[in-house]
Amino acid sequence: MTFFGWLTIFVFVVILSALALPLGGYMAKVYSGERVLLTPLFAGPERLLYKVLRVDPDRGQDWKSYAKSLLIFSLAGWLALYVILRTQDAFFVPHAVNPLGYHSAPWNVTFNTVSSFVTNTNWQFYSGETTMSYLSQMVGLTVQNWLSAGVGIVVAVALIRGIVGRSPKSLGNFWKDLVRTILYVLAPISVIGALVLVSQGVIENFSAYLTAHTLTGATQSIAMGPVASQEAIKELGTNGGGFFNVNSAHPFENPTAFTNLFEMLLVLLIPAALVFTYGRMTGNRRQGYAIYATMMVMFLGAVVVAYVAEAHGSPAQHAAGLHTHAIAGSGGGNMEGKEQRFGIAGSALFDVVTTVTSCGAVNSALESFTGIGGAVPFANMSASETIFGGVGTGLYSILLYVLLAVFIGGLMVGRTPEWLGKKLEAKEIKLAGLAILITPLAALLATALATATRAGRASISELAKGPQGFSESFYAYLSQANNNGSAFAGYTGFVQPNAGTVGAHGVTFADVLGGLVMLFARFGPIVLALAVAGALVGKRVTPAGLGTMRTDNPTFVVLLIGVIVLVGALTFFPALLLGPIVQGLTGHLY
Amino acid sequence: MRREIVTSIVGIVVFTALLGLAYPLVITGVSQVALPGNANGQKVYVDGRLVGSKIIGQSFAGHPSYFQSRPSATEGGAYNAAASTFSNRGPNGKATEQADAGNIKAYLALERPYDPGLSAAQIPVDAVNTSASSLDPEISPANARIQAHRVAAKRALSLNAVDSLVTKYTDARGLGFSGEPGVNVLELNLALDRMKGAKAR
Repeated sequence: MTFFGWLTIFVFVVILSALALPLGGYMAKVYSGERVLLTPLFAGPERLLYKVLRVDPDRGQDWKSYAKSLLIFSLAGWLALYVILRTQDAFFVPHAVNPLGYHSAPWNVTFNTVSSFVTNTNWQFYSGETTMSYLSQMVGLTVQNWLSAGVGIVVAVALIRGIVGRSPKSLGNFWKDLVRTILYVLAPISVIGALVLVSQGVIENFSAYLTAHTLTGATQSIAMGPVASQEAIKELGTNGGGFFNVNSAHPFENPTAFTNLFEMLLVLLIPAALVFTYGRMTGNRRQGYAIYATMMVMFLGAVVVAYVAEAHGSPAQHAAGLHTHAIAGSGGGNMEGKEQRFGIAGSALFDVVTTVTSCGAVNSALESFTGIGGAVPFANMSASETIFGGVGTGLYSILLYVLLAVFIGGLMVGRTPEWLGKKLEAKEIKLAGLAILITPLAALLATALATATRAGRASISELAKGPQGFSESFYAYLSQANNNGSAFAGYTGFVQPNAGTVGAHGVTFADVLGGLVMLFARFGPIVLALAVAGALVGKRVTPAGLGTMRTDNPTFVVLLIGVIVLVGALTFFPALLLGPIVQGLTGHLY
Repeated sequence: MRREIVTSIVGIVVFTALLGLAYPLVITGVSQVALPGNANGQKVYVDGRLVGSKIIGQSFAGHPSYFQSRPSATEGGAYNAAASTFSNRGPNGKATEQADAGNIKAYLALERPYDPGLSAAQIPVDAVNTSASSLDPEISPANARIQAHRVAAKRALSLNAVDSLVTKYTDARGLGFSGEPGVNVLELNLALDRMKGAKAR
């Protein structure tokens, strides 16, 4: 550990908070329909879009109607992406957009990939530079990077409206929320973000791969592509699907320590800002601050553990005779699977940022993290996206936990629980409870299936012996159930001997199971969160009395953290013990 | 229902045109005009010949007059920049220990003749651990300082001259505090080749 490592973490948190606060206020205005800075620029295109889409933006929807629009739109996106990816090498696709002549990936891998991008997971069994044409990357994957992010955000907004709204139709309009999210929130930040990334060395071109003649006389083929445009929305929308196989570890995706900080900021910006948006829209900013404090405490805990563990080094390094402490000119630590320019702190921090959110972009090899360092992303995901979480998903997930915490608090003091003036009753608690249980259910069932069957174990990499094999499998389904998308990347669902998918085949079991897990654990909670919004929206608001439990003070923050940790620990602890915790406790090599 | 289906289909088409075509094309257009060097991968030419990208590592294995890059796990030979990959070696793996031990042995065999007394315990971790991308363009300054002995000897240069070159091509931490300092191996080796009177053997 170094002074500069801790400084990086500190500066990051300060900048994040300083940016998220005003953005949260801005977004509250966007969703309340108020005039904002960009209104003069986008009001015209916005009206035009409503016209083209033939929607009446002022028509309020109840929760069922809102959910229906969302589901049909997502299904249309799913089908379109499937067709695009499967016709990558069709006769009508011009050579310029598939300069390497890559064939389409088989149906099973495509099923997984499409489900992955539509659910904002961006789990990748394929490797970008050896599988996808530029056209697939752009009109296929990049588009869902935007749309799945938009879909996540509007659910959170609808849930907020449900909490504060007075009539069934005041949840808002799905199409209006989606259009405004894309125009007023995602577009400006993405465009600026992409250009900042290019200014630092992220590439953006349509060249065929370069052939270089290196200093030693060898030839080196170098992958190219329109990376920066996808990179910006990949981070901003907490998507996380890398243009290249190694994602944000690739120098063309993340060339400097500055872009590393910048990309982490893009990842956390909207999830953090939405918390303040919530405070504003409920008319009590302290509600937002309380949730922000809850998230930040858990986030910092994760960062500290990951940094300390990775700086300490791994049993394998020590057994080989390496000294892993920092020396002059070297930061030391577990540098297996880490880039020199990021170092240990920049890698550990990125890893936590990407697994507390549902981003899943990585700048280092998670599979090579130490046992305890690797247990951190597990733990982050065991919290089911409540530590900032994905764009929108994070806020609606923690709000469901808030509901649960208020209920438990109510039981403890023996009063009917109230939340922001609305009485909580059996229906909401049941819906929220169900929504909270879907992710663990999907993750654990799929892991059990995948480790208990031969078809499932076929995906475990040859290098992953002993507990590492279990960790790999568990991580795969925990990540997909959380719509995270980061991986212990040895886990295989696509066997590809050559670039361009000639002679390649998918692993049907892992591809299909993973795809189903992603779809179930994405749309299940979304529908239930909207149902909670629908259940809350019409309730009468009564002014807070003396006995009302406050949800905006430190006591509640402690209670909320307790509930999240307890639910996460009760559901996931046994499985965690078998994998990363065993690895962290033993010096034994397998 | 029908209305929603039509809106969804139109929505997908419109958003695909805007976000999948217009957006990347605009970013590409602006980048190609304003920052063509970066947008095209910071190509490095020597005498008109493309030798690589400034920010993509390449292999110098078998050429001891050059600084050596970090271990790489790409298929089809090290530093295959058309197929980036993690090593995916776990923290408790025997395979990891063996890979580390093998790399340590090779490093000592290469450097100890020029840096007597060098031991495994003194090797900077980046020199023997595979990078994340397997394409890391940088090595740690400590790693470069050790290799400088060999490079100086092989090129009949003074250690001081090589060391000052290392200093020159050491990138500071990002913004002065973030990440680790690193030495760009390709740039450093190019600078060596350009040095007057320095002949690579």
